[in-house]
Amino acid sequence: MSNQSPSDGSTARIGRTPMPEQDPKVRARNFKEVPLGFTPDMAMREASRCLHCKKPLCREGCPVGVPIPDFLALVAKGDFAAAAEKVKETNALPAVCGRVCPQENQCEGRCLLGKKFEPVAIGRCERFVADYQRETGRISVPKKAASNGQKIAVVGAGPSGLTVAGDMILAGYEVTLFDALHKPGGVLMYGIPEFRLPKAIVEAEIASLEKLGVEIRCNSLIGKTITVDELIRDEGFDAVFVGVGAGLPTFLGIPGEDLGNVCSANEYLTRSNLMKGYRFPEYDTPVIRGKNVCVVGGGNVAMDAARSALRLGADTVKIVYRRSEAELPARAEEVHHAKEEGVEFLLLTNPIELLGDDRGQVRAMRVQKMELGEPDASGRRRPIPIPGSEDEFDTDLVVIAAGSRANPVLTHHTENLELSKKGYIVATESGRTSKPGVWAGGDIVTGAATVILAMGAGRTASKDMDTWLKSGKEGWL
Amino acid sequence: MIPIVSNRELAPNIYEMVVENRILARRARAGQFLIVMPDDHGERIPLTIADYDVEAGTVTMVIMAIGTSTRKLVKLGPGDSLYAMLGPLGNASEIENYGTVIMVAGGVGAAPIYPIARALSEAGNRVITIQGSRNKGLLFWVDKLASVSSEHIITTDDGSFGRKALVTEPLRELLEKETVGCVYTIGPAIMMKFCAETVRPFGVRTIASLNSIMIDGTGMCGGCRVRVGGETKFTCVDGPEFDALAIDWSIATARQKSFCEAEKCSLDRYIELNGTK
Repeated sequence: MSNQSPSDGSTARIGRTPMPEQDPKVRARNFKEVPLGFTPDMAMREASRCLHCKKPLCREGCPVGVPIPDFLALVAKGDFAAAAEKVKETNALPAVCGRVCPQENQCEGRCLLGKKFEPVAIGRCERFVADYQRETGRISVPKKAASNGQKIAVVGAGPSGLTVAGDMILAGYEVTLFDALHKPGGVLMYGIPEFRLPKAIVEAEIASLEKLGVEIRCNSLIGKTITVDELIRDEGFDAVFVGVGAGLPTFLGIPGEDLGNVCSANEYLTRSNLMKGYRFPEYDTPVIRGKNVCVVGGGNVAMDAARSALRLGADTVKIVYRRSEAELPARAEEVHHAKEEGVEFLLLTNPIELLGDDRGQVRAMRVQKMELGEPDASGRRRPIPIPGSEDEFDTDLVVIAAGSRANPVLTHHTENLELSKKGYIVATESGRTSKPGVWAGGDIVTGAATVILAMGAGRTASKDMDTWLKSGKEGWL
Repeated sequence: MIPIVSNRELAPNIYEMVVENRILARRARAGQFLIVMPDDHGERIPLTIADYDVEAGTVTMVIMAIGTSTRKLVKLGPGDSLYAMLGPLGNASEIENYGTVIMVAGGVGAAPIYPIARALSEAGNRVITIQGSRNKGLLFWVDKLASVSSEHIITTDDGSFGRKALVTEPLRELLEKETVGCVYTIGPAIMMKFCAETVRPFGVRTIASLNSIMIDGTGMCGGCRVRVGGETKFTCVDGPEFDALAIDWSIATARQKSFCEAEKCSLDRYIELNGTK
């Protein structure tokens, strides 16, 4: 096995190419992007590790079916612009996905190489080609089908909505994208911090949609400013896609949660990211700069909040999570980065009370240790409190990242829209809701999930929407 | 961009701004609020809608210029535009015929209470308005409020106009002598709290409109949460009006204090760069 050519796996075994990163001590105090990206040589070396399996499982693992081996082959040859075009055949936002997808559970998780060695760094290659294309200005304008005069309203300019807008404008429809906030991008703008996803990248993706002809109407809260029914009846839209996100933060329901300096991760991150609170007072919106910060939760949002807190000047930042490390829902890379930067992990620990000072601001958190019992409905082992294990520590900022609920603003102001018990929109696999002409996808259907799953839902819905409109609006459910 | 039609100072640091926004004007109902951003560096400022004109396609806001964002806002005038405006947000007031309604407005609360008083008056209620102010100079919209009220009582802290009293004094007297169907109170949190305490023994339905700190105004941030009757509610999507007798006022006021230091820091910088105006 010593003299194998690259194609039979020896390159594969050279090991995954590391991506250069900012030093943890330095980066924990700035908002610049943490990973610096591959150089062309690194990308070519990494892409050449692909075994080109007959049945590429990586592609099956991708919610939008990126032709992974094909694009990697182009990267290995050094044809980066063509590689980027190849990715864009099925993924409208590669620079975003290369950075925020949980690759270890998707493409890379299925990579055959990973069984014995390390999987190909598909996400890093995807990011590289998208960045290369953007930075060298080699973005070719995709071919647009002839205009068919039909109008599509897309509600919510987050990952699912941007995907639908991109697909439908290319298919020849007139697309209007509505968003409640003053900037489009959804969670990509308000939720994910600059150090993980630079906003200039999101803005560039949105600008290219506008160049294609997508009309963006910000400051439009559908359900309040105008309703879905009015979009169809009065504004003449032929079809509507609803991708408004989950959008309502969940709190823990413990005493003291309404004290000052206790906030949801949504609030904390929106202040810092969308409102640019990390640059306060240059920008007017402040974000609380805690010295001893506790973040409750173990997902990507919790990691984003904890790492933001360090960058906002905290001396200590603790992740408080009631299950064990194995159950942390965050991307492996985020947990790794958080640890490197000095975030402490209090695992199997559950907050039971928040204590306030005489001004009504939080001053301490009381917690209880947990142990894992039998699996619960989520399939994860249920955390059970250990009696007598209560503990207490000082904190001046508590950020709750415990997931979200369905936002009722649109759903409660739309006629004949079937909702689940928890208030999410009921939709078929292709995204059709109970209301003819209205599709839904992303977190408002599934509950809080990932950027790429929302994009996958958008892709499925736009295909179905196109078929339905071309068939002359034949049939529904 | 939202064009500004007019902006005038009603009283020291209190401004009435009219902007053009046809959709919002058509859609607005008494009791709802909106969010504005003066420029792309500014905060998202929640303001209760003070008036709207469907014909003219305009919306009126009354702004107290106290911090950086509100000072930036009131500097703008005709020819300028607002960077962003979202609304109408929150739930409209429940306009019913209660018989007699007492409207208690404190300070700048006179503005948001006006469209509610008007709607209640149009619904056949006998509207008694108590308008409180620190002094005569800070009073505004006196005629406007009088025009929708059967009775209009003015109180000032220093007695420089109307009756020298807190708003709770005429409120108690009215409750003692009249059958009142509903009390509305809009103003500083401390005033709304004392109005609630004044009404409590009389068992009359009392509604307060909260002006909580918030970012998006659509339910996403949860910054505007309040405890009402032992439950957590969001001012933006569940309010802004709540049962004043059920609100936990100590939490509501504590949550307003979290950003005091930051607000001072921002304002000091603003004054250094722009002077005091």
